[in-house]
Amino acid sequence: MIFDPPILALLLAAAVSAVVAIAAALFAVRVLRHWDIRSGSALQIRLERRTYLVTTALKIVMVMQMAALALFVHNADRMAILFTGAMCALGTLNVNQWGMPAFLVQIGVFLTSAVWLLLNRADEMGRDYPFTRAKYAFLLLFAPLVVASAILQWLYFLNLDPNVITSCCSKLFTPEGSGLQADLSAMDPKLALIILFSGAGLLAALALFSSAGRWLHVMLGILGGLYFMLAIAAIISAIAPYIYETPNHHCPFCLLKPQYGFIGYLLYLPLFAATALMLGSGLLAALGAPKSLQQRLPAYQKRLNWSAAVLYLAFAGIALYTILRSHLILIG
Amino acid sequence: MIRLEHVTRIHNEGRPNAVVAVNDVSLEIPKERVTVLRGPSGSGKTTLLTLIGCLARPTQGRIWLDDELISALPERFMTEVRRRTFGFIFQRFNLIRGLSALENVMLPAYPTGESHAALKARAAALLERFGLKARMHEKSELLSGGEAQRVAIARALINDPAWIIADEPTASLDTALVDQFIEEMRALKKAGKSIIITSHDPRIWQADVVDRIVTMQDGHILSVEDVSARERAEEKEQNA
Amino acid sequence: MRRWLSRQAHLIDFTLGALLRRKGRNLMMLAVYTLIIFMLASVTFLGSALRFEAKAALNYAPEVTVQNLIMGRHALSPPDWVKKLSRIRGARNIHGRLWGYFYDQAVGANYTLMVPPPRARDLAVNLGEVIIGHAIADLRKVRQGGYLFLLSPSGKLFKLKVIRILPEDSALLSADLVLISETDYRAFFNLTPEDGYTDIALTVRNSNEIPTVVNKITRILPTARVITREDILRTYENVFSWREGIVLAMLATALVAFAIFAFDKASGLSAEERREIGILKAVGWETSDVIAMKLWEGGLISAFAFIFGAAAAYAHVFLFDASLLAPVLKGWAVLYPDFSLTPVVDRLQLITLAFITIIPFTIATLVPVWKAAITDPDIVMR
Ligand SMILES: Nc1ncnc2c1ncn2[C@@H]1O[C@H](COP(=O)(O)OP(=O)(O)OP(=O)(O)O)[C@@H](O)[C@H]1O
Ligand SMILES: [Mg+2]
Repeated sequence: MIFDPPILALLLAAAVSAVVAIAAALFAVRVLRHWDIRSGSALQIRLERRTYLVTTALKIVMVMQMAALALFVHNADRMAILFTGAMCALGTLNVNQWGMPAFLVQIGVFLTSAVWLLLNRADEMGRDYPFTRAKYAFLLLFAPLVVASAILQWLYFLNLDPNVITSCCSKLFTPEGSGLQADLSAMDPKLALIILFSGAGLLAALALFSSAGRWLHVMLGILGGLYFMLAIAAIISAIAPYIYETPNHHCPFCLLKPQYGFIGYLLYLPLFAATALMLGSGLLAALGAPKSLQQRLPAYQKRLNWSAAVLYLAFAGIALYTILRSHLILIG
Repeated sequence: MIRLEHVTRIHNEGRPNAVVAVNDVSLEIPKERVTVLRGPSGSGKTTLLTLIGCLARPTQGRIWLDDELISALPERFMTEVRRRTFGFIFQRFNLIRGLSALENVMLPAYPTGESHAALKARAAALLERFGLKARMHEKSELLSGGEAQRVAIARALINDPAWIIADEPTASLDTALVDQFIEEMRALKKAGKSIIITSHDPRIWQADVVDRIVTMQDGHILSVEDVSARERAEEKEQNA
Repeated sequence: MRRWLSRQAHLIDFTLGALLRRKGRNLMMLAVYTLIIFMLASVTFLGSALRFEAKAALNYAPEVTVQNLIMGRHALSPPDWVKKLSRIRGARNIHGRLWGYFYDQAVGANYTLMVPPPRARDLAVNLGEVIIGHAIADLRKVRQGGYLFLLSPSGKLFKLKVIRILPEDSALLSADLVLISETDYRAFFNLTPEDGYTDIALTVRNSNEIPTVVNKITRILPTARVITREDILRTYENVFSWREGIVLAMLATALVAFAIFAFDKASGLSAEERREIGILKAVGWETSDVIAMKLWEGGLISAFAFIFGAAAAYAHVFLFDASLLAPVLKGWAVLYPDFSLTPVVDRLQLITLAFITIIPFTIATLVPVWKAAITDPDIVMR
């Protein structure tokens, strides 16, 4: 255990989030069993009033979780100096077996939070709260994720042993190694860049011009999720070397370091946000437009899609900028 | 038009101190007319107003605003309807202390997200119309009774509602102010507003601006009297 | 989006007014909140400043330091120790160090005088030359190429040419550093070469051999105290962990008390306030508008408390040397006889501080805020 204020802050945030998520999940069960918007019963009115509390608490928790993700990574990066062998956040995350899972689950929390907030927004537009059941059912998935994230973070931080010799990016993200990270690094940079740019362009175009089919829209959401992973892979295999200006450094975490002008945050933020918007929009399409939202929902989805398209283009633009700025030439 | 169908409102439902304040009321309230609710104290006038004005939900029954069923809306949308449709003038005016007259008038429009400058201009114009230009920046608790009344009316009008709802607006006013209030109502009626007033005050029900008088007792409607029709009939008699 | 922004602007506007209208209560809240943030910020600022120092110290610290002890007190190490130590296998770069403190009466400041280690070629100084830290340059208003005049303890005046000024970012240790040549140093403090060195530093070829080397040294030089860099690191870590841990645990209790206080304050809604919320709702505010307004209220109080508290803590730690915390953290003085802290506060620390203080406050007030916001609008008709 390392007594470090940022760690205490993260643990506090995780604990608070878990408590709120559990309370919200318990409330969700009640909503799923008793919610009846057409009834004016005392119970229904009580439930309705309580949704204000639960929604506000969740909004606070979700915003907190998004901030916590940034804090988590930033802190891991800074703590790298404490561990022999660690050069960036990755090394710190690898100090014990809980670090990486904690990080990945935290990303999951980020994305699901964002999707839930979008769903909530749509729900509150309809006079009969058309998505309430879906929203609270979704919470039953969200809550375990938050609790898991809290548990993993506690395990991770409590077991941080400064005497551990960890391995960092130069060992893991190398094409010669084995394992997922190595495979990601070994991806052909040309292919990676094609996927990255054409994917962003395609998704932006589809998002802008697919006001039509509902199932196409759902597909778009799925594609958004898929592209997220491909884009991360492309960053690892191609964009990262451009930023570091060395063909062999593939780390997706070093990008976040101050010496690269925090370019990583600039690169990841639009990608994460666009992905969340796409997933949210796709989920709404899958749920279908209820009667009370016949007009407003398509308009809302269109807004989401537009924002996603802009963000995808921003992501591609920033990626392009890093390539153009770089002195490295990977592909002739 | 507002239509009530078998509306009942029970306070403290299910508890020993339950009170049936409004009991199976069916009623139509016409547009662009002045309707007065009267009846003894405790007869349920105020409670009925809260139901009509979307401040509370009926325990049973339905309320229609034109063709919109407003009694079953969730709170969020009930508020939306209330904000857009009704302007309230309360018994003790209920201005917020410590805020200026102008800010009090602007208050109901805050949630609409109108730009501050536009809203301020609109509120100032309203206050000016009520002769309060000079008193605009005065704290509301320092206003005189008559001024406070006019600020309250201006506040009721800021969102340009079709309906004005007033609960005992003249209970604590002297005759001159009552006359002034009636004149304001006349002007509003002429401007096409629909008005509902509860009152014990004979000066209100006898005013010629009133079109319809609804009498309540023990939560029931006792009678609905069309006074404009009565007057017209009287006029005809006189002319004959 | 524009509507949303404008609505928030209205809410903030209203909130500010509401805060001012209930000055007494809110000032009280603000005062307590500021105090909490002040305490937490003082500890974290001090903690990180000390860590920063430790890191800086370790960067300079040799792997092994040998000191002479006479009657349990630090004394000069005889010059022949260097020769004796060089016989130990595995020990390298053995060199005597000369360093000490000097009080400059002209400006009332403490300097660290030191002869640069032989291996630090960029810090090499010749006779009559000096390299100084930026703090001294500022204090004495000298620039590179200028001259620094120092009056030695025995009253001799030294005129030294400033060949370099160490930049600000190069760790706290350098701020008050004066690097001069060995000859100048000995002349300054009236030391002959036979007097020896302040202490002796050495490195070990293979870090696994350090314990063996330390063992051999204590055998050859029974009066010597041997300090390894690992020792220092461990001492630092120990002192850090438990002292900071205790302080933070104490503050956590304070934080919980504060959360209860905030909860209590937010729950105790006066009739007047309840009526006000009723009016707002009656004239068209939605429950979520009231919640947003109330959260803004908390947010504004948090923001003010944060700014005041953090600024006060900054002043406390870096201008007044954390005088309020000194009794608790005195252990530092053992390692650092002369401690004046370099102001280092980074973004991460501030974000952390915001996390630690604002989360409990917001969560504690959430339920009362909600309770207030669901006030029935029809109370205004009663
Ligand atoms: N919030 C409440 N809780 C419990 N009982 C209430 C509540 N509001 C009103 N009542 C009761 O409901 C009945 C109707 O009250 P209401 O205020 O509607 O009458 P009213 O006709 O407006 O009377 P007044 O002329 O005195 O204003 C009364 O018996 C009153 O005591
Ligand atoms: Mg009444």
